[in-house]
Amino acid sequence: PAFGLFIFTIARDPLRIIILIAGAFFWLVSLLLSSLIWFIAVKASDPQDERLQKGLLIFGVMFSVLLQEAFRFLYYKLLRKAIEGLVALSEDGCSPISIQQMAYVAGVGFGLMSGAFSMINLLADALGPGTVGIHGDSQLYFLTSAFMTMVLIFLHTFWGILFFHGCEHRRWWEIAAVVIMHLTVSGSSFCNPLYVGSLVPSYLLMAAAATWAYLLSGGSAQNLRRFLLCKC
Amino acid sequence: MTELSAHLPQFQHGQLTENFPDTHLSNTNDNSERRRHDNSERRRNDNAESETNGQPQNNIQRVVEQDEEEDEELTLKYGAKHVIMLFVPVTLCMVVVVATIKSVSFYTRKDGQLIYTPFTEETETVGQRALNSILNAAIMISVIIVMTILLVVLYKYRCYKVIHGWLIISSLLLLFFFSFIYLGEVFKTYNVAMDYITVALMIWNFGVVGMICIHWKGPLRLQQAYLIMISALMALVFIKYLPEWTAWLILAVISVYDLVAVLCPKGPLRMLVETAQERNETLFPALIYSSTMIWLVNMAEEDPEAQRKSKNSAYNKQAPASQTQNEDAEADDGGFSQEWQQQRDNRIGPIESTPESRAAVQALPSNSQTSEDPEERGVKLGLGDFIFYSVLVGKASATASGDWNTTLACFVAILIGLCLTLLLLAIFKKALPALPISITFGLVFYFATDNLVQPFMDQLAFHQFYI
Repeated sequence: PAFGLFIFTIARDPLRIIILIAGAFFWLVSLLLSSLIWFIAVKASDPQDERLQKGLLIFGVMFSVLLQEAFRFLYYKLLRKAIEGLVALSEDGCSPISIQQMAYVAGVGFGLMSGAFSMINLLADALGPGTVGIHGDSQLYFLTSAFMTMVLIFLHTFWGILFFHGCEHRRWWEIAAVVIMHLTVSGSSFCNPLYVGSLVPSYLLMAAAATWAYLLSGGSAQNLRRFLLCKC
Repeated sequence: MTELSAHLPQFQHGQLTENFPDTHLSNTNDNSERRRHDNSERRRNDNAESETNGQPQNNIQRVVEQDEEEDEELTLKYGAKHVIMLFVPVTLCMVVVVATIKSVSFYTRKDGQLIYTPFTEETETVGQRALNSILNAAIMISVIIVMTILLVVLYKYRCYKVIHGWLIISSLLLLFFFSFIYLGEVFKTYNVAMDYITVALMIWNFGVVGMICIHWKGPLRLQQAYLIMISALMALVFIKYLPEWTAWLILAVISVYDLVAVLCPKGPLRMLVETAQERNETLFPALIYSSTMIWLVNMAEEDPEAQRKSKNSAYNKQAPASQTQNEDAEADDGGFSQEWQQQRDNRIGPIESTPESRAAVQALPSNSQTSEDPEERGVKLGLGDFIFYSVLVGKASATASGDWNTTLACFVAILIGLCLTLLLLAIFKKALPALPISITFGLVFYFATDNLVQPFMDQLAFHQFYI
């Protein structure tokens, strides 16, 4: 689905592709820094201690979430500057791409990158021989990973819109809500392999974020109905 | 009006030259009508036309200023489009290389090394290995430097025939021999039975069409496809025959060299570019990947009619491409294909050509551009850049423990580097080396991802945590 989003909405406009790749880049850098921190922490600690390692991992995840949001903010700043530049340069005084579109594209960029990083090794291994969950782990490993990744990609997209909107209108509570949601989703993934604990809340949160972002982007129930009725 | 089109080529190609406005004055008026297809162009033209409909002399001043602003706008606006036009081939090349590396094991087997890298890396101690790889890299780089200087000297003294022959031999080698090996290995991997006659026929067709396309004329897309294919082949050869540490060292040193050679006033590449400009010739039509059609050489005065017709015929670049390439063919007998071939030859001197091509990165051919519309003037990227980007990504996918994560990270890093380079090009408007920024990003991300991110992601995936 994320690829579908990409092809239908982004691939047309070169500017959007650049913003997408830059978004992916920012996410990557945030991941890099957070893994650097984790790595240092691990090296500095005792590699034998299971509990400690797991605790460190959790700490790493939380830190990474915070870093991701920080980088989203930085990216927002960069895009603001870029938009000012584009407006100044365009002929009729309005920029070729609005801040909301940028928010959407940035969100997709973050999401795609995070999804890719989460899934791609899994997919590569899935091509090879083997049985899922042979050592007593859950047999639904691949399936749940796929769903979780998808929900994360969508969430990133929505968070992008919400976040930028919050920054635009200086509503700090919106930004805080995004951060808290992200932390919650990541935190819920700690319940794995108790999949009920992680997937269900994530999907609920995604639905909430989706409606919120839709409303923010100017949609309404009426628009939705008109859209659906027109089509069929 | 006249200044408009004259300025455009310069800005678009990042090469500020002073001699063109004069030669192009006669044609630009014709050209202005043709810019209908681009909206921004249209608006711009209306502005310009409304200005110059009055008294040209009085308005020239204002037109010039407005031209400069509009040129900047256009440059940046086109910037996005051009960046994408370069993203696509670079991505394609990298995809081909990575796909081949992943599937065909031939390219990851160690079957020996090139004569350019005589020191082996299978040594007992780390120190010895480091020393060997440094020596290897040094030898390789000096070979490149020598070849580059040789090329520049040949070019300066107009020994076009020599360069021409050299390039033809190297492209022959590349198109026939290497693709034969490649095809053979692919067949082996997929266990496809094939007889020699069919293979001979295929390779012959492939090679001959390639030679014609690249050196002479052919559809733009086909030429681009061939250039991508030969860059991929070359990159695969490098990945196979360069040992580990040597390869990384060479990448690093080459980007430094590229920086030096293009930007220093006495750098060979810069001299090459400037000489080509003085002589008003297109730089390396075959050594460079051009995102749009091939540039005409000195065609402006001779054939405005033909060009106008070709322009009007289609918005699609293909139609003009074939016509302009006709003219290009005759003019191109000079030395340019040589550089290009140099580029591709492995045995005789592969890498030296690449610096040339890289030098030509975004330079140029301002000469005949006048008759071409700005949006049809693309950005040019040297084939050497393609090759080294692909080498980086290919090596990342071949040898990284992080596998796809590392490959993806390097890919994004290179693309962002390319973006930044193009941005700098739009700002500085002169020939820039395309390698340093991208390769630096790529290397940083490769080592960082491989060593830092990989363990992290592994642990996360193991516990199925999500960040």
